[in-house]
Amino acid sequence: MLPEFMELVIVTPTRQLVRTRARETTLPGANGYLGVLPGHAPLMTELGIGELTSRGETQTEPLSVVRGFAEVLPDRITVLAETAELAAEIDLERAEAAKARAEKRLAAHDPNIDWDRAGVALQRALIRIQVVRKYRGVPANSH
Amino acid sequence: MPTLLDFRRRIRSVKNTQQITRAMKFVAAARLRRAQEAALAARPYAKELIRVLRSTISRIAEPQHPLLERRPEEKVLALVLTGERGLAGAFNTNLLRRANEFFRANKDRKLSVIPVGKKGRDALRKAGFNLIAEYINVLARVEFGTVREISNLVTDLYAKAQIDSVYIIFSEFKTVMSANLTVEKLLPVDPEQVQEGIEGRADSQVDYIYEQPAELLLDRLLPRYVESQVQRAMLESSAAEHAARMTAMESATKNAGDVIEALTLHMNKVRQAAITKEIIEIVSGASSTA
Repeated sequence: MLPEFMELVIVTPTRQLVRTRARETTLPGANGYLGVLPGHAPLMTELGIGELTSRGETQTEPLSVVRGFAEVLPDRITVLAETAELAAEIDLERAEAAKARAEKRLAAHDPNIDWDRAGVALQRALIRIQVVRKYRGVPANSH
Repeated sequence: MPTLLDFRRRIRSVKNTQQITRAMKFVAAARLRRAQEAALAARPYAKELIRVLRSTISRIAEPQHPLLERRPEEKVLALVLTGERGLAGAFNTNLLRRANEFFRANKDRKLSVIPVGKKGRDALRKAGFNLIAEYINVLARVEFGTVREISNLVTDLYAKAQIDSVYIIFSEFKTVMSANLTVEKLLPVDPEQVQEGIEGRADSQVDYIYEQPAELLLDRLLPRYVESQVQRAMLESSAAEHAARMTAMESATKNAGDVIEALTLHMNKVRQAAITKEIIEIVSGASSTA
């Protein structure tokens, strides 16, 4: 008999963000998104930069996740994110500013810049913006 | 013989000091609460991380990683976490004494030091140690960015074999009244220690599907583990510093109260003596004219 719910725990170095019961979760794995349902085989993966969504009794708000790890067990998902933010916490203006800054840095043909860091900064900003847009697009009664 | 006015001045000055120490006590209490909350908030991550790391290590037959590699300890690096400011009782003195013990015990090796906190920086620089880097004004509010910077620096030095081991010397917050002076080995990471580090669920023998090779995961997990150790030490040290300051300021406030009481008593005695003397003079003057 498969469990109906999984316990979803999302922690970052500074706090515990989410502890909830989920029926379905989509994780931003380093090799691509993966959907997880209760009763999933034990799995360990590195996380990339992306959006994490889950559905339990109600729709839960999406999160932006930047790197980390996830451990999946049949009845439990543990997400160890380096940074993670709930959609409601994301400052859209700051994300837009960060995006503009990263784009500018990448566009400038400066050989001294840290490409890796600028690229990550851009991706992070893009994900934040995407998560916020999606969250605000969701009708208010569904969460 | 001090006059009444002298006493009033002394009392006023002690009262001012008392007000300051009382205010400092309240500030320290508020900061202590914040530091404790931060330490508490960081705990779930550290706990889960150790669990994941442990199960990953147990899955690899011969874990190989630069941060696990043991070398003869010739070049030793010590991270010394002190307070940023004084007026915290014996907090900084005790910690530096412990650090000096450590240095004496390792004096045959090549020592280098990274002080975190202004007090430690000043003392260690004066003592002529080789400071690789220094971090000041970072403990009042422990930012994760600083934690990462420090642990990146030491893991980097370790991986390049410029140092053979890293110790972290800090005060571990026990209760408001007492702190434990602790010396912990940060690098190389000891897999045994990770194994026994935390009481665990019985699922450590689960056969995971690994999206990435376990070695790659280990490579990502170990630096996070070092970070979380550094973070814990910094949070503990910060909480211990505020606790020490709170206790010190509380006893200072109490002492000031005692001094005021003693001075007031003395002042009243002097005043009474003066009045008695005047009465005697008047009485004896009156009786001689009668």
